[in-house]
Amino acid sequence: MTHQAPTQPPQEGAGSAHLLYSEQEEDLRAAVRALLADRCPPETVLAHAEGGRAYDTALWQALGAEMGTAGLLVPEQLGGAGGSAREAAVVLEELGRAVSPVPYLTSAVIATQALLSCVGAMADANTDSGEQPRAAAETAADAEVAVELLAALASGERVGVLAVPLSSAPGSASAVTVRADAHAALTGQIAGVADALAADVLLVPADGPDGVGLYAVETSAPKAARLRLDPSTPLDLTRTLARISLDAMSARRVAGPGGAEAAIARALLTGAGLLASEQLGLAEWCLTQTVRYTKERHQFGRPVGSFQALKHRMAALWLDLVSARAAARAAADALATGDRDAPVAVAVAQAHTARVAVRAAQECVQLHGGIGMTWEHPAHLYLKRAKSDEIALGTPGRHQEVLARLIDLPAPTG
Amino acid sequence: MSAKNTAVEAAEPSPGPIAAAEPSGSPADGAEPPPGPIDAAELRRRVAQLLAAYDPATTARADFLRAQFDAGLAWVHYPAGLGGLGAPRALQGVVTAELDAAGAPDNDPRRIGIGLGMAAPTILRYGTKDQQRRLLRPLWTGDEVWCQLFSEPGAGSDLAALATRAVYVPAAHPSEGHSADDAERAGGFGATARERGEPGEHGEPGEEAPRSGEWVIDGQKVWTSSAHVARWGILIARTDPDLPKHRGISYFICDMTDPGVEVRPLRQITGEAEFNEVFLTGVRIPDSHRLGAPGEGWRVAQTTLMNERVAIGGGSVPREHGMIGVAARTWRERPDLRTHDLHQRLLRLWVEAEAARYAGERLGQQLAIGQPGPEGSAMKLAFARLHQEVSGLEVELLGDEGLTYDDWTMRRPELVDFTGREAGYRYLRAKGNSIEGGTSEVLLNIIAERVLGLPPEPRTDKDAAWKDLPR
Repeated sequence: MTHQAPTQPPQEGAGSAHLLYSEQEEDLRAAVRALLADRCPPETVLAHAEGGRAYDTALWQALGAEMGTAGLLVPEQLGGAGGSAREAAVVLEELGRAVSPVPYLTSAVIATQALLSCVGAMADANTDSGEQPRAAAETAADAEVAVELLAALASGERVGVLAVPLSSAPGSASAVTVRADAHAALTGQIAGVADALAADVLLVPADGPDGVGLYAVETSAPKAARLRLDPSTPLDLTRTLARISLDAMSARRVAGPGGAEAAIARALLTGAGLLASEQLGLAEWCLTQTVRYTKERHQFGRPVGSFQALKHRMAALWLDLVSARAAARAAADALATGDRDAPVAVAVAQAHTARVAVRAAQECVQLHGGIGMTWEHPAHLYLKRAKSDEIALGTPGRHQEVLARLIDLPAPTG
Repeated sequence: MSAKNTAVEAAEPSPGPIAAAEPSGSPADGAEPPPGPIDAAELRRRVAQLLAAYDPATTARADFLRAQFDAGLAWVHYPAGLGGLGAPRALQGVVTAELDAAGAPDNDPRRIGIGLGMAAPTILRYGTKDQQRRLLRPLWTGDEVWCQLFSEPGAGSDLAALATRAVYVPAAHPSEGHSADDAERAGGFGATARERGEPGEHGEPGEEAPRSGEWVIDGQKVWTSSAHVARWGILIARTDPDLPKHRGISYFICDMTDPGVEVRPLRQITGEAEFNEVFLTGVRIPDSHRLGAPGEGWRVAQTTLMNERVAIGGGSVPREHGMIGVAARTWRERPDLRTHDLHQRLLRLWVEAEAARYAGERLGQQLAIGQPGPEGSAMKLAFARLHQEVSGLEVELLGDEGLTYDDWTMRRPELVDFTGREAGYRYLRAKGNSIEGGTSEVLLNIIAERVLGLPPEPRTDKDAAWKDLPR
């Protein structure tokens, strides 16, 4: 949980977070927003959802590769853009605002962070004189694979996905359902994996001979018959879900016992923390559109937005967004600086922002009236994303359970 | 509403230095006019100078505070001669840290919050130089306490409907416009203003020169905290009932020692009387105690109210500061009280309190770089709801003890401490948080209309003469 990203020094606890957006971050936002306005308007998203493709490959190419956002979390010497979780959070705000069907959260954040931690584990092992030579050599070999994959993900050329159920929460151990033999061949199933259909590489947690490891599976490998992806029909039309079935599928290990668990934990923590920014962007779109619509829509001879019964609901939503924005920024900043308070900041951001996003999407549908209930209007895309995001990377209740331990507010016993 | 109970600091950004203070007579001559831009190092140098001349260990508190004001270290963003140095507001933190480290006294900002948070920024913006020089120093040191005479029994959310009348009475003999008694009460700022007729730097562009005559005030104000200890009150009253309600109001500085001012305690649902009713009967206010032009009182009051709302918002506080901390401590110390339902609700409120804390911190960071957003108006709403929910949960958590109340004795607290008494008190007092300083419903309207740009409700009262409105 508290494993540090390799390139940033750890900082001391709560209260020092920088919660505003820097000029550079605002520039990045403007660039991403302009791209999405051009390439990802609501009608395109809806058409995509009906087209049955795993993700918008052209948009991903422009956003991840050409604009370089896929490598924001990765240091330059590892082939990335040398940004931080703060910038990735800004990208996610815009992707949430456009409900874009691209694997940014799964590939550029979660899988990338897992690989970063694997590389960081090698750096830690190099300085740890107590480790056995054989284990050190294995760790180095793992890290070499991780470095290679990291560069591919950071460039945006390949999509990587951590093969865990989308509902996995950081800080609560999830069962490992795949076994690895001594030759790193994997057997088992994992259900509910987001963007698995988009992945070139799956990072699969598996029980190996020495304990839990993290294994890279190439989805286009010759033995692909040993790998099956069964799509589910997702509630969220903009993010695919699939069951992964592995039958003695060959893989390469990227982290061994200890390192793998830390990498998975850190990846889920980063994913959950930055998901709050996606939820924030989504909620902002919902409020903006609702305000715009209720200013225009006339009933009883005046704009419906002039009725206090409606405007109070929108003002209350705006209020929620003020705190959601602050909480999402606090989580992104804590992740960016390696603050040891990050698990608390992430749990707060998720528990709060997930609910705000759902409320915003629900209010958006309701305050739009009949049109909000139609397939034609994009509000439903946001409602479906918001409701799925509420479950993704841990429900608010799950985050509160984690929080109860972190801040010492224990549940009743007996 | 005028109820005011949050620790505040003057919130108006410095409008820039005004002309150098007159060399004689003013109590505030001590500050060296700044030779150039004031930075943190320069402020530290000046603090060291102050501390060398006035050792906090041996200097009486009041003397130290006056010296601090005269050195321009009271509120560094105020102009030189008025307790400041025209420095960036954010640098006040440097001064405060140095003075705290040296064990210097503070001016007890909670006790004089209305003066610091509302009266001072209004006087700075609209006051004449004489008003500023006479009033700001004792306001800041706490030698003179201020109260706010705005709300009335018939004018709460609709403050502009206020009915307290101010009738102008010209001076019978212009050369004897003020009795010796008036001059004494006014501390001299009335007479000098009248002689010089100086307008303030930032207000009253078209102000006529000499001020003479006086205003006779009749009416009733309510929810006035500190009225029973106040030397001055900021007062808005109706000077022209024939105009629409927002246009016939003027803004005054009311001497609370005037024999026509009667202050009665107003007991609340908590049992204590934090606030007062103030009856104004034939109170005479010299025209030199007017802030802003006649009929401009509503505009002047906006400065006051804006600062009230800003004052409630931003800043950095530790985690579990305030009511949520009290509830969390009770939870930790009393395993016998825990239930699953309360656990879920407590965690949820803890999350919301923490998110609101981040929001306050973010607002503080916006203010520090001079970019206050509309988020300020969100903070009061958020805290009102949180206080109410957390205190309600706490009473419930306490079970049998929640059935009791610490004390119904009628008391007159000088300070309101939301967390200082027991849970039942906190629960009851928090009910006021969504009423005082603008009801939550009015604040939601303001956010909806000014921040989100939603259209207003149709209104019939805006353009009608005040005297024709139904009451």
